[in-house]
Amino acid sequence: MIPAEFNYARVSTLDEALTLLAQNEDAKILAGGHSLIPAMKFRLIQPPLLVDIGRIKDLSYIREEGGQIRVGAMTTHYQIEASDLLKEICPLLPECAGSIGDMQVRNKGTIGGSLAHSDPAGDWPAAILALNAELVAVSKNGERTIKAEDFFVDLLTTALEPGEILREIRINKPNGRTGHAYMKMHHPASGFAVVGIAANLSFNGNNKCKAANIGVTGVAAKAYRATGVESALTGVNLDDASIGAAAAHATDGADANGDLFASADYRRHLAEVYTKRAIAAAMKSVPSA
Amino acid sequence: MKQAISINVNGADHAGEVEPRLLLVHYLRDVLGLTGTHIGCETSICGACTILLDGQAVKSCTMFAVQADGSNITTIEGLATNGNLHPMQEGFWECHGLQCGYCTPGMIIAATQIVDRNPNPSRDEIRHGLEGNLCRCTGYQHIVEAVEYAAAKKSGV
Ligand SMILES: Cc1cc2nc3c(=O)[nH]c(=O)nc-3n(C[C@H](O)[C@H](O)[C@H](O)COP(=O)(O)OP(=O)(O)OC[C@H]3O[C@@H](n4cnc5c(N)ncnc54)[C@H](O)[C@@H]3O)c2cc1C
Ligand code: FES
Ligand code: FES
Repeated sequence: MIPAEFNYARVSTLDEALTLLAQNEDAKILAGGHSLIPAMKFRLIQPPLLVDIGRIKDLSYIREEGGQIRVGAMTTHYQIEASDLLKEICPLLPECAGSIGDMQVRNKGTIGGSLAHSDPAGDWPAAILALNAELVAVSKNGERTIKAEDFFVDLLTTALEPGEILREIRINKPNGRTGHAYMKMHHPASGFAVVGIAANLSFNGNNKCKAANIGVTGVAAKAYRATGVESALTGVNLDDASIGAAAAHATDGADANGDLFASADYRRHLAEVYTKRAIAAAMKSVPSA
Repeated sequence: MKQAISINVNGADHAGEVEPRLLLVHYLRDVLGLTGTHIGCETSICGACTILLDGQAVKSCTMFAVQADGSNITTIEGLATNGNLHPMQEGFWECHGLQCGYCTPGMIIAATQIVDRNPNPSRDEIRHGLEGNLCRCTGYQHIVEAVEYAAAKKSGV
């Protein structure tokens, strides 16, 4: 399993990376390499040039700024899983990070690489959608912000343009009575999500749901927001019956994948079951007043 | 085009030129002759190739040697000091944590990371930490016990 030949450039600034990308149309960014290198070993892709952004300073951080959580694209899954700050202010992120692959994969893989790759069974897209994140992309032409719901375009395809690098993920700090959860059926061999549901709910008094964001991964070619579930939850007192009725909309409008491991019907069934579980777990995680 | 790299492996500096596509595991085994790091699957699943890269357990079949330029690597050959087994190696010895031994170098390296991060792991935490390492012989139970042995020994219990 030897990849085809390629040239390798390690950059120390974002600007250098952007210049190389602008000059070499077919160049690929190398982040943690844990999606790219497997694909290169199978020769599914044969990029002529890899631009390694692994040593750019200040692309790996977790900080709180202007009411937002900001996570650098090169932050590893493990750094997010282990972040005390995030466990306190946005526990959905460490929860999602801890469910990815295995310890070694989490040590090397990055949130930016995972989002840019947009694997249909990747975990981050569900969480990022549920948290209404914004993604900051830079290119030679400057910087722009892309909403999570506009970011995932199709199978392995995002809104990033050629020559653009994902630099940062921004999330509004959850406040008030909110609860989150990520519920995932792990593929037993790879650890990827057969189905993964991220729920982000906010409540008025009692159990009345003020707003709901539900991110779904594993089901279709790309991760999506289950808007049917969201509207069925909003303004409603959540109990078993209303949660069950809402979860029935988990795959509305989605073209479910079927493969050797899970048929499309089974995936739709799992999506409904895991949506119920994610909503129930998110309710439980609401801090008591 | 070949690329110059210099890597410290188990305390010794190594410099040379490698093709960018050379996987780190092949560099360790074929260029440096450190064949303790095994190749089980070559597809990032089995963990036999696990090494410590600047203190982080990673699968060396899923990295290029050029990415490790300037880094410090520990392989299974680097764990013992002055002929004394590392507590984790001793645990595998004492608790029969291996049969054929194929998975063992990767298991031991991954297990050192588990105990470094969590000096007193529960059995569930050990199993969760070893999810990226497959063993076809032991059924894992003795491996879990070996890690518990090493954790207890390290914390002086
Ligand atoms: C055994 C195994 C199990 C795994 N299990 C899971 C799992 O359970 N859940 C899961 O979600 N993932 C899983 N993964 C994938 C893993 O999370 C990868 O780390 C992740 O998908 C890609 O991140 P990376 O940093 O490794 O990116 P790379 O592999 O380096 O890059 C991936 C792609 O994104 C591009 N890219 C990278 N960074 C940027 C950037 N900042 N801007 C623009 N483009 C960029 C690259 O050019 C490339 O096309 C698994 C991987 C392995 C090997
Ligand atoms: S050989 Fe690297 S994970 Fe199996
Ligand atoms: S001891 Fe044989 S594979 Fe683990």
